[in-house]
Amino acid sequence: MSSANQAHKSPFRISCERFVRNKLAIACLGLVLFFAAACVAGPWVLGPTYAEQHLELRYGGPSAAHWFGTDSLGRDLLVRCLVGGRISLAVGLVGTLVSVVIGVGYGAIAGYAGGRADGLMMRFVDVLYGLPYLLFVVLIMAMLGRDVSPTQRIAAMFIALGAVQWLTMARIVRGEIVALKEKEFVESARATGAGWPRIVFRHLVPNITGVVIVYSTLNVPAIMLQEAFLSFLGLGVQQPLPSWGSLIRDAAGVGVMQAYPLLIIFPGVMFTLVLFALNFVGDGLRDAFDPQMRV
Amino acid sequence: MWYFITRRIAGGLAALFCIVTLTFFLLRLMPGGPFDAERRLDPAIRQNIERKWKLDQPLVVQYLGYLRDLGRLDMGDSMTREGQSVRELLLGSLPKSLVIGAVALASALAIGLAAGIAAAVRQNRPSDYALMSASMLGFSVPNMVLAPLLVLVFGLWLRWLPTSGWGGWRHVVLPAAALGAAFAGRIARIMRASMLEVVREDFVRTARAKGLGETTVILRHAARKAIAPIISYLGPATAGILTGSVIIEHIFAVPGMGYYFVSAPGDRDYTLVLGTVLIYSSLLIVFNICVDIVQALLNPRIRLE
Repeated sequence: MSSANQAHKSPFRISCERFVRNKLAIACLGLVLFFAAACVAGPWVLGPTYAEQHLELRYGGPSAAHWFGTDSLGRDLLVRCLVGGRISLAVGLVGTLVSVVIGVGYGAIAGYAGGRADGLMMRFVDVLYGLPYLLFVVLIMAMLGRDVSPTQRIAAMFIALGAVQWLTMARIVRGEIVALKEKEFVESARATGAGWPRIVFRHLVPNITGVVIVYSTLNVPAIMLQEAFLSFLGLGVQQPLPSWGSLIRDAAGVGVMQAYPLLIIFPGVMFTLVLFALNFVGDGLRDAFDPQMRV
Repeated sequence: MWYFITRRIAGGLAALFCIVTLTFFLLRLMPGGPFDAERRLDPAIRQNIERKWKLDQPLVVQYLGYLRDLGRLDMGDSMTREGQSVRELLLGSLPKSLVIGAVALASALAIGLAAGIAAAVRQNRPSDYALMSASMLGFSVPNMVLAPLLVLVFGLWLRWLPTSGWGGWRHVVLPAAALGAAFAGRIARIMRASMLEVVREDFVRTARAKGLGETTVILRHAARKAIAPIISYLGPATAGILTGSVIIEHIFAVPGMGYYFVSAPGDRDYTLVLGTVLIYSSLLIVFNICVDIVQALLNPRIRLE
């Protein structure tokens, strides 16, 4: 798109520049990257592991050795928050990836096929929209049983959450493809003898990258919330592995909260800040990339 | 219009049927059963129990039997809670969940709409930014964080409201606030965007040109049209309220349906799981049909599709 004429800016480039001018969104992006880096690198730097117990230090307040204090078993809360963040962010990212693959594939094929196939495929999406799909995820996670390894459990969450979160993406992608498929470049691709998979995935899908990026960014906090929901109910990651949802659940009892409110304030504030920043980044991207939504 | 309504209801029943079928077979595919306790049962006793619950029959026969009972509005007895029928258990707990959910949704609508309209009228002024930041905060704070914070501040420190349990309106305030905040924030943002689009339209200019007061123009003319996206958001919002109430009921120890929903799958209580899934899905489907009907009443083009 951009190689023909250097002076002419591609729409993608214009959108990027528009995004960079949005100071609030850039600040939020910085915040998200800071937390992500801290979650990945922090536990190595700090020393104690997330499962290391010091029973003489139960419910210790913040100190020089343990910045966030220690929990009911004397485990370092900062390390547990960071490792929990690692898991939450990983589930958010991989779950989003799964949802993007399904949603873009499904939406693009429906939009390009058109006619009855399109009608049927989108009707199916409408039906799924009306279902309480999170209930099914709860059901599947609850049924996994106790003898499943932690890695398998996290993998199951990636797939289950991604597999229920693709509907909006499919709808948006389909709309974009329908608008694009009558353009001349599709006609010329067809004239050179390209088959439909090549037209859809090499010619049409690259043209909607911006929209896909925007809506997958908005998907990350949604999937992180659902991961927290599962872990809060004790269906996500299992002890001693922490996740933001399970850290909050462990500290949310009335008795614990009254005596040690910091146990819930630290992970809660961290989780909220990351979600807040991610939502602002997604909003900024939408303003920059999706002019129709711009007000 | 009647054709439209019957078609929606038929679609809802079909969806419900699929949900029941899917859940039924999903439950049986999973390892473990309701009577697999830690200690092994005597084979003869086990056989008797299985005969009583018809678990010894072929799966298809069990499935058809369950459907037949459902037709008579009988959801069977709970498999792990002795002597209690699923209907009793759920009818006892459902009203509490409904009250919290309805109060949360209604107040989210009232607050969200008011904030959205106010922000749109003051576009790009400090009060607009303040309202929009507040609404972003509202839907970024997960309910599982907001609920404990509310308990901490209003229940434990200020001692204004009870922290847990059930009985009287005072027990509804904190759960409903924790549950509704996210939706109030989302509704405010959708309403603001929609209002900003609508106030540029010709019919609003006409209303102003007729000499109507600004309040009338905004509330009677613009807001009426701008509310359409909010109505379509109500479907997903209800789904969110239903799942969110599971968490809220846990934190506030409300003896609602969420408790059974969380504990029944772990116990492999087949009938109780099916019952909770059935009730949650029916609630959602009925509400979605109502939303569709309201939308069709407001916009005749939808009816003709």
